[in-house]
Amino acid sequence: MSGAVTTGADIRIEGLCKTFGEGRRAAKVLRNVSLTVPAGSIACVVGQSGCGKSTFLRVLAGLETTYDGSVLLGKQPLHGPGLDRGVVFQEHRLLPWLTVEQNVAFALKGLSRYETRRCVMRCLKRVGLGSCARQYPYLLSGGMAQRVAIARALVNQPKILLLDEPFGALDALTKLQMQQEILALWEQEKTTLVLVTHDIDEAVFLADRIVVMAPGGAQTVKETIDVALPRPRDRNAAAFIALRKEILSFLFDQEKKLRRKA
Amino acid sequence: MSRFASRLRKQALRFGRRAKSLALYIFLPVLLIAVWQGLYETGAVQALLLPPPSAIAATGWDLSISGELARHLGISLLRVLEGFALAALLGVVLGVGLGLSRPLDRATDLLIQLIKPIPPIAWIPLTILWFGIGEEGKVFIIFLGAFFPILVNTMDGIRQTDVKFVELARVLETSRLRFIAKVVLPGALPSIMTGMRVGMMVAWMCVVAAELIAASSGVGFLIMDARQMMQTDRVFVGMIAIGAIGKLLDVVLKKIERRLIRWKGAFQ
Ligand SMILES: Nc1ncnc2c1ncn2[C@@H]1O[C@H](COP(=O)(O)OP(=O)(O)O)[C@@H](O)[C@H]1O
Ligand SMILES: [Mg+2]
Repeated sequence: MSGAVTTGADIRIEGLCKTFGEGRRAAKVLRNVSLTVPAGSIACVVGQSGCGKSTFLRVLAGLETTYDGSVLLGKQPLHGPGLDRGVVFQEHRLLPWLTVEQNVAFALKGLSRYETRRCVMRCLKRVGLGSCARQYPYLLSGGMAQRVAIARALVNQPKILLLDEPFGALDALTKLQMQQEILALWEQEKTTLVLVTHDIDEAVFLADRIVVMAPGGAQTVKETIDVALPRPRDRNAAAFIALRKEILSFLFDQEKKLRRKA
Repeated sequence: MSRFASRLRKQALRFGRRAKSLALYIFLPVLLIAVWQGLYETGAVQALLLPPPSAIAATGWDLSISGELARHLGISLLRVLEGFALAALLGVVLGVGLGLSRPLDRATDLLIQLIKPIPPIAWIPLTILWFGIGEEGKVFIIFLGAFFPILVNTMDGIRQTDVKFVELARVLETSRLRFIAKVVLPGALPSIMTGMRVGMMVAWMCVVAAELIAASSGVGFLIMDARQMMQTDRVFVGMIAIGAIGKLLDVVLKKIERRLIRWKGAFQ
């Protein structure tokens, strides 16, 4: 977070398949996912719950070790977890026995105490929590805790930021605020951002590219939609509403198809 | 002015609530003492079998003034602290080791399961053979009693490390050592403290048991000695002191626990 331009890495996924279990119990969760996320852009993955969004993100995070297909991060093939990627989970996953400051510092290593503190405070200020550094997580609201989690994910200046339904548990107003904030952070950091959500409104507001997933079929990704609307986006603009409608009806169709087969 | 009045009313309410709670807390013991004294006054029981609270209080006062009670209690307490310190050190170190290593856990599990159910009192004969009736034997008995609760609770706490934090550490490429220091140990602390409290209780019970059988000092000896002299009131003083000290030890450990686990906000 030196203020200098940290450029994100692009993500190139080719024929990604992920199966849990073996033999008759095998569950094909991700089927033949091929996708490109340009460096420094925002991709939102939408789809009903259980369609494999988290699994997809976990593959990118390096948490799933067995899969088929190829994933390139920048020029490097994906190989396990790494600090080139920041991860924000659906729940904040702050360590309850560490203060806010210590939680962010937990992500750092090899720095002097002074350097660590400087990095941490800069990150906390960036998410608007400079004054909460010494609090324990139990005192934080859901939105504040998630901001700390975001600060922790950003503190190593990742080239790629992976977020799994980060605002799913927040109230409507906080959610809207956080969407604005993540956009502002992204504009400063210039990282590549992959955000999983079940909220179509959120996807249309944030994304350069929306990846629509649904279970079943030969391919888990049913459609990718490039969103060309200029930012800041107006949720009441006709184009915004039309796009949201389109995705929603597309998802409904997918669900109908799935139910007819079953 | 009305704000002042309302604050006053609130304070009065709070005071009332506290008084009620306190009354509820001490109601049963006070009732017991009253009934007990009543039984004596009506002549329903023999003072030699069940001396009245008034007599016990008087004897307790005498024993306190002469310093005899304090001396015995002090000796017992010292033994407990020695045995407990040993048990806490070994229990936590071994518990962390066994909790972290599956093969080590597997290799020691059967042995631990077999030795654990043997009550410390059953070790007394062996202990007398090995150590005689000196201090070491008593400390050993106390150690045995406190060790297993601390060991088992520590292992449990270590094993309960949340998988979500394991994932977080993988994502952040946290070193194993740092993971243990910053995630595993603090997470296990509540469980370890539970083990300490149980261990302390068992240790306190063990010292009395050990002193009942082979000692010339300590509060257990005080009781046994008094029984032989048919001084039932002294027996009661000793017993009540044992209960009071036990409660006190738990209060102290609870205080330490609360201090150490401040991060659990709702911890009251
Ligand atoms: N470790 C696992 N073992 C077996 N099945 C799993 C595992 N993780 C996820 N699944 C299954 O994969 C499917 C997709 O899960 P997930 O990726 O969490 O969906 P989403 O995040 O879209 O709600 C679910 O049906 C789930 O049961
Ligand atoms: Mg999910």
